Amino acid sequence: MSPAASRPPLIELADVCRVYGSGETEVRALDHTDLVIQQGEFVAIMGPSGSGKSTAMNTIGLLDRPSSGRYLFNGVEVQGLDRDQRALLRRHFLGFVFQGFNLLPRTSALENVELPLIYKGMPRPERIARARAALAKVGLEGREDHDPSQLSGGQQQRVAIARALVGDPMVILADEPTGNLDSHRSHEIMKLLQKLNREDGITIVMVTHEDDVAAYARRLVIFADGRIRSDSAMAERATA
Amino acid sequence: MIWETVRLALLALRRNKLRSALTMLGIVIGVAAVIAMVTVGQGSSRSVAASVESLGTNVLTVRPGGRGFGPGPASSGPTRPFTLRDADALAELPVIAHVSPTVSSLQTVVAGAANMSTSVTGATSGYLAVGGWTVVSGRGFDRSEDRASASVCVIGETVRRTLFGAADPVGRELRAGKVTCEVIGLLQAKGAGAFGQDQDDLVLMPIRTVQRRLLGSENVSSISVALAPEVSSQRGAREIEALMRDRRRIAEGAPNDFNISDRAQIAEVLTGINSVLTGMLSSVAAVSLLVGGIGIMNIMLVSVTERTREIGIRLAVGAEGRQVLTQFLVEAVVLSLVGGIIGVIVGLGLAFGASLYMAIPFAPQAYVVLMAFAFSALIGVMFGFFPARKAARLDPIDALRHE
Ligand SMILES: Nc1ncnc2c1ncn2[C@@H]1O[C@H](COP(=O)(O)OP(=O)(O)OP(=O)(O)O)[C@@H](O)[C@H]1O
Ligand SMILES: [Mg+2]
Repeated sequence: MSPAASRPPLIELADVCRVYGSGETEVRALDHTDLVIQQGEFVAIMGPSGSGKSTAMNTIGLLDRPSSGRYLFNGVEVQGLDRDQRALLRRHFLGFVFQGFNLLPRTSALENVELPLIYKGMPRPERIARARAALAKVGLEGREDHDPSQLSGGQQQRVAIARALVGDPMVILADEPTGNLDSHRSHEIMKLLQKLNREDGITIVMVTHEDDVAAYARRLVIFADGRIRSDSAMAERATA
Repeated sequence: MIWETVRLALLALRRNKLRSALTMLGIVIGVAAVIAMVTVGQGSSRSVAASVESLGTNVLTVRPGGRGFGPGPASSGPTRPFTLRDADALAELPVIAHVSPTVSSLQTVVAGAANMSTSVTGATSGYLAVGGWTVVSGRGFDRSEDRASASVCVIGETVRRTLFGAADPVGRELRAGKVTCEVIGLLQAKGAGAFGQDQDDLVLMPIRTVQRRLLGSENVSSISVALAPEVSSQRGAREIEALMRDRRRIAEGAPNDFNISDRAQIAEVLTGINSVLTGMLSSVAAVSLLVGGIGIMNIMLVSVTERTREIGIRLAVGAEGRQVLTQFLVEAVVLSLVGGIIGVIVGLGLAFGASLYMAIPFAPQAYVVLMAFAFSALIGVMFGFFPARKAARLDPIDALRHE
């Protein structure tokens, strides 16, 4: 890693613990974790089930708060911020793809993707145009009016990806974005993320269980038991 | 942004049609029930008030015999009847405006091929004034007929309809027992009385005619009097009592051998019964409101999980707690408003139908409408808003994981 001296890291977790329950049933999902991610990186996170990957992503995504330790986002101590300030950071800088999609039920794909733009205060015609474009990027043109119950798991996942990228975030946090996709679709989505990373400079942090998906990233972080077991740069994969 | 929020709320309502419809149904039931019950209750009160008025204000009735009921010694010995001379003496009292002595006899009344059984009342010219009757066709008795046993009669609407159909009965003949008389007048219909009896089922003949030719007795069975204006019924009763005790030579301290009944007492009893009824209707209405409220509460609570997840999603993509809450508040307000308005319409409609059916006045009350509306809005907003407020205070991930 070569931190740019002038600029604070985009994401910095320092000695972060996330503890669920207490006493006998205590679970340390994150156990004194340190992680620094610079602006413009493309990071893959791997590790066994239950090793704390999603917990780390939720913490980075400001959806959850650490039990102890510090989190600096773009040099700002996030612990000190109130609920609304954290919401504003999510609104303007973060795009999240959930492991379980988390789409609004009985709501069309278009409206789901439009949602983050509503809270950005964007006028409706522009919102619709952008949401359509985002859906087209993930290969869902023609499915705008379908609601989640009318879409396959893979299609729902792509709607979730479209929702994460529609607002031009600084960071996209994707928790197993290809978990439900066939390998052809997986590669398409990965190429899309790679393009967003390279051309738009969007920082991407992604959890995956598949080596060939992880191969698109330029850095691989491996979790085990709530700690980082290894953290290494990877050779850049050539785009086909 | 506020319009955006309203749009979001309307979208959410449309997406969850079943939930919206059920919540609204709760509100509609609550509001409609309260409005219908209270409106009908008010209508029936007014109808009782009208009946009480139709009894005639300031009318007292004197009958021979001791007190019919209640404490106090009953008069001893045979009852001494009244005669027309008693009525004449009462008419002399300045507190009395009209006197109406009556007798009655149950007879079969025949006109042409039609016949019916009815009570033939022997009356004088004072009868119509005391009873508050109006003659719609022909005329009433005049004073000369009070003492003569003329063969004339005045009939009520029910008798007219039964014996003569829609035709004008004036000038026609009818036979009651052995008396044949000419119909000289038709009374305006009064409808059902305070106790549900048909007030228009009557045949009036001069009192002498009934006494001599139908009953064969000079007795008078009761004397009703209308008091002069501004005379209280207590004062009227006191003066009548003094006069009658004097005429009947009742020793000081001995009980009356006649009784005076005041229609104000009857009115009091009726009003009392009616207020009990209104109270009952109101409690039924309160229960319906509660049931409607519990329905709303249930639906809101059942949907809390889904709604909490929705709040989690909105927070995760960058909504502030306040924005989500405003949306939920608008949803609750829209549901309550629309449900409330439908409830008011349904409630008033039901009350109108029931009033027509029961032949009572339709008496909508602004305060009831407002109260029912406010209560249901309160419930709707409370159960829509408070669970949402709780969820909006969670970390997004906890809201998303809510089960
Ligand atoms: N809300 C919670 N309450 C209690 N324990 C939790 C909670 N969320 C996560 N955990 C525990 O924390 C640990 C880490 O969970 P996490 O979801 O981060 O794992 P993961 O690495 O994402 O696994 P997977 O690959 O299966 O998604 C697990 O042992 C899990 O049981
Ligand atoms: Mg996970």
